[in-house]
Amino acid sequence: MSGAHDLAVVGGGVHGATVALFCARAGMNTVLFERGSLCREASGVNAGTLTMQMTRVALIPYALKAHAMWASARDWLGHDVGVVVCDGLSLAFTEREAELLTFRAGKRREAGAPIDLVSPARAQEVEPGLGPGVLLAGHCKVDGYANAYLTGQAYRAALIEAGVSLRERTPVSGVAREEAGFAVQTAAGPVRARRLVLAGGVWLEEMAAWLGIDLPIKVLVNQLAVTERVEPVMRTVVGIASGLLSLKQYPHGTVVIGGGWQGKGDRERGGAEIVPESLIGNMRLACHAIPALKNARLARAWAGLEAETRDALPAVGPLPGIPEAYICGSVHSGYTSGPYLARLLAQRMLGTEPADPLFPIDRLLAPAAPPTPVPSAAGRAADEQPHHV
Amino acid sequence: MALPKPHEADLVVIGAGPAGAAAALAASRAGLSVVLLDEAASPGGQVYRAPPAGLSVSPGKRGPDDDAGDALRAGIAASSVVWRGSARVWSVSGAFRVDAVTPSGNESFFAPRLVAATGAHERLVPFPGWTKPGVIGLAAATILLKSQGMIPGRRSVVAGCGPLLAAVAAKIVVAGGAVAAVVDLSGPGDWLRALPGLARRPDLLRQGLGWALKLGAARVPVLFRHGVVAVEGAEACERVVAAPVDTEGRPRGGSLRGFEADALAIGHGLVPGAEITKLLRARHHFDPAAGGWTPVRDAFGRCSVAGLYAVGDGAAVAGAEPARLSGQLAGLAAAHDAGRIPLEAFEREAASVRAGLARMSAFAGAVGRLMRPRPAMVEAIAPETVICRCEDVTRSEIETAIAEGARDINQLKHFTRCGMGPCQGRMCGETAAGLLALQVGSREEVGYWTGRPPLRPVPLADLLGRFDYGDIPVPTPAPL
Ligand SMILES: Cc1cc2nc3c(=O)[nH]c(=O)nc-3n(C[C@H](O)[C@H](O)[C@H](O)COP(=O)(O)OP(=O)(O)OC[C@H]3O[C@@H](n4cnc5c(N)ncnc54)[C@H](O)[C@@H]3O)c2cc1C
Ligand SMILES: Cc1cc2nc3c(=O)[nH]c(=O)nc-3n(C[C@H](O)[C@H](O)[C@H](O)COP(=O)(O)OP(=O)(O)OC[C@H]3O[C@@H](n4cnc5c(N)ncnc54)[C@H](O)[C@@H]3O)c2cc1C
Repeated sequence: MSGAHDLAVVGGGVHGATVALFCARAGMNTVLFERGSLCREASGVNAGTLTMQMTRVALIPYALKAHAMWASARDWLGHDVGVVVCDGLSLAFTEREAELLTFRAGKRREAGAPIDLVSPARAQEVEPGLGPGVLLAGHCKVDGYANAYLTGQAYRAALIEAGVSLRERTPVSGVAREEAGFAVQTAAGPVRARRLVLAGGVWLEEMAAWLGIDLPIKVLVNQLAVTERVEPVMRTVVGIASGLLSLKQYPHGTVVIGGGWQGKGDRERGGAEIVPESLIGNMRLACHAIPALKNARLARAWAGLEAETRDALPAVGPLPGIPEAYICGSVHSGYTSGPYLARLLAQRMLGTEPADPLFPIDRLLAPAAPPTPVPSAAGRAADEQPHHV
Repeated sequence: MALPKPHEADLVVIGAGPAGAAAALAASRAGLSVVLLDEAASPGGQVYRAPPAGLSVSPGKRGPDDDAGDALRAGIAASSVVWRGSARVWSVSGAFRVDAVTPSGNESFFAPRLVAATGAHERLVPFPGWTKPGVIGLAAATILLKSQGMIPGRRSVVAGCGPLLAAVAAKIVVAGGAVAAVVDLSGPGDWLRALPGLARRPDLLRQGLGWALKLGAARVPVLFRHGVVAVEGAEACERVVAAPVDTEGRPRGGSLRGFEADALAIGHGLVPGAEITKLLRARHHFDPAAGGWTPVRDAFGRCSVAGLYAVGDGAAVAGAEPARLSGQLAGLAAAHDAGRIPLEAFEREAASVRAGLARMSAFAGAVGRLMRPRPAMVEAIAPETVICRCEDVTRSEIETAIAEGARDINQLKHFTRCGMGPCQGRMCGETAAGLLALQVGSREEVGYWTGRPPLRPVPLADLLGRFDYGDIPVPTPAPL
């Protein structure tokens, strides 16, 4: 296949963009297709929280390394996404939450996250903005946040510097297998490549179907809200034991409030609608945790789409039965861990042994079969059925 | 969750200006139960804004707008429309749920049909000094004069385009203020060309001539084909500088004129709000004659979303009387669509309203041309001029973002924070989109800000209401 690229990546979120970046830097002639603009779906509208206290246990070892990557983004990405490293707190206001916190923090700690359970008084020292009523808190020094809306701008510059052929506003309508690789279908005709990475976020299901693979992907519609700029009301990342709050104040003064409350939307319409009850519930939790927030005004609320596999663990690895085709996405807290997992996949594609195991999708393909164990450094905590709000 | 009990109706109307009030009355007369919401304390909207409680317009200063406003309010009061004032709508969702912050907290209203009648906002093409205290919008000045009985400053310059120029300047004079100059982008020739259209509304033409005479009598200098190029002053507006412009509003060289003034009222036309139709993902198209992006509608105001109607200046800028008629049509259509008016009666009633609307179109067209968006003015903005005042983003920062790959307005926002502040892009959106369109080719390519709640910034305290932590319905936790 003369004139073919070494690699075609379909989907320009944080997963696709990172795979493209590392492969291109290692010398692959890479083309990246993005239907819209780079990192404007989940990877541009997420809360940017880089926390261990909401990360799935199986992903903690990855998230720790990913956190270190984000903290040094200027070195490897070369551009700023406003990363702030700070302390994080996960709060318990009721006995039930205290139990949940003790259990969950323990599991995460076993997996390597440096989480300590601390008293209300200690929590107050860490975060003077806390309101009354805290019974127990999980305290983690490895926490922080990025400014997600800067992701596209940063990756765009990095990808261009790395020589990636960047095709924004270029939807891919299908992929055909050919003798020596793949023909990626676009409105302007097919583009050929020897290797293929599908990195389509919630649209991975339809992408996998292009190659005859049936990979169900559930769509979560996460709501977020941001306040106007206000005087400092907090200095850490604050969550609650159930994981349904994430809260931090950016240096410019706005406070981003989230935690996975569900809005309405789907693959066709995106995060179309905010459910007022969910928004109000989320704001109540936030103001309960940080009372000074009550004086802030809500500036904007929105919703974005997050992908989830049947077992809520990543789809990162080769596509079974199709040489040189890979998938990368559906990572829980995927903004945090995405770059590290995508870099692992790039290592694998470049012929080196990945530093940590990937998450191949074979386990997800047998219809209705019980999930088979996933190779993971930490093993999986099987105490709860994977379900999401 | 202890949210107050929802209110249900056949129709919810948001905005009680001429458009919304007429829609509510028409639908209610036809037998629909109607809730009419507005953030203002009494109905009237922008033109017919009621003076605040305790203030009344002295008989000598009453104008036709005051009478029309009183009639509108009396009409609502005498009807079976459920009027809810001081209700700031912040969310519209589903088909349809409307959430408003009222003096008693957050309230939800439900109806299978919804009329959006939220009016227009002002276009202001930035120039150096436009963010200084003392500079206010031309339309905002009418509100100041009408509802507060206040004049913008001791000595004001009134600038921009369209009939509001003379209206504001004359009202300042009548209220005892001084007008240093009127600076009009249009020339006498433009006004002459507009005359046949304007003459279709003899009442308004007469009103306009009355204003012009008042300005003449007060010896207010009128600078035709001029634009404001700078506001100077250490802290606030002290001096307004005007320069000759070409037909498109672009400074064309020539001698500058400076005016000592502590206030500048300036506006370059109106932009349909259209926030609710955008929020509900109705289809929109770009129509410069209507002021910008406007919802695609049929002759009765029906949008592409079933049950949604958009009327008045919030859908397409045309002025108060067309707003009223378009509202009436939508009210009739809503009642017809709900099965309350048989087709024949509906068509008969609608026909006379449509005829009235058609008679307005020449007038609205003439005014629309005077107030049209002028892309050349945007092109002429100096690089260091602030475009987004909330986030302090200059033209050159926007140009840098475009050079770095921003191609649509929402992407531009991510690159620069332009439009992320409290006004959520209401103020800067037109200019930012205009700048981007110069590079990517068209406003259609640039798109518009994605509609999101809240429609207005809301204090969190107003949303929360009283609650116990235990009552917050926390969904099932994420898997471990
Ligand atoms: C509201 C919200 C808040 C979140 N908060 C956090 C958080 O605080 N911390 C955290 O770690 N994670 C968070 N997440 C999760 C995180 O954002 C995602 O896991 C991550 O961004 C997913 O990246 P991705 O590259 O897989 O998907 P995406 O970013 O969605 O990228 C997929 C891309 O594929 C493109 N595409 C789709 N179809 C085609 C096609 N046919 N042709 C070409 N391109 C196509 C899309 O346009 C899109 O840009 C949040 C998610 C959401 C929605
Ligand atoms: C500031 C301003 C001043 C104007 N002054 C004049 C004038 O003096 N003379 C003139 O001829 N034309 C004036 N106009 C033009 C005016 O738009 C039309 O003449 C006419 O008022 C349009 O009627 P309408 O019913 O479409 O909208 P409006 O009269 O603007 O009524 C819209 C109503 O919707 C309400 N509203 C909007 N959003 C919300 C929300 N989220 N929640 C609750 N309520 C909401 C507003 O409070 C308002 O009462 C002005 C326009 C503006 C923007």
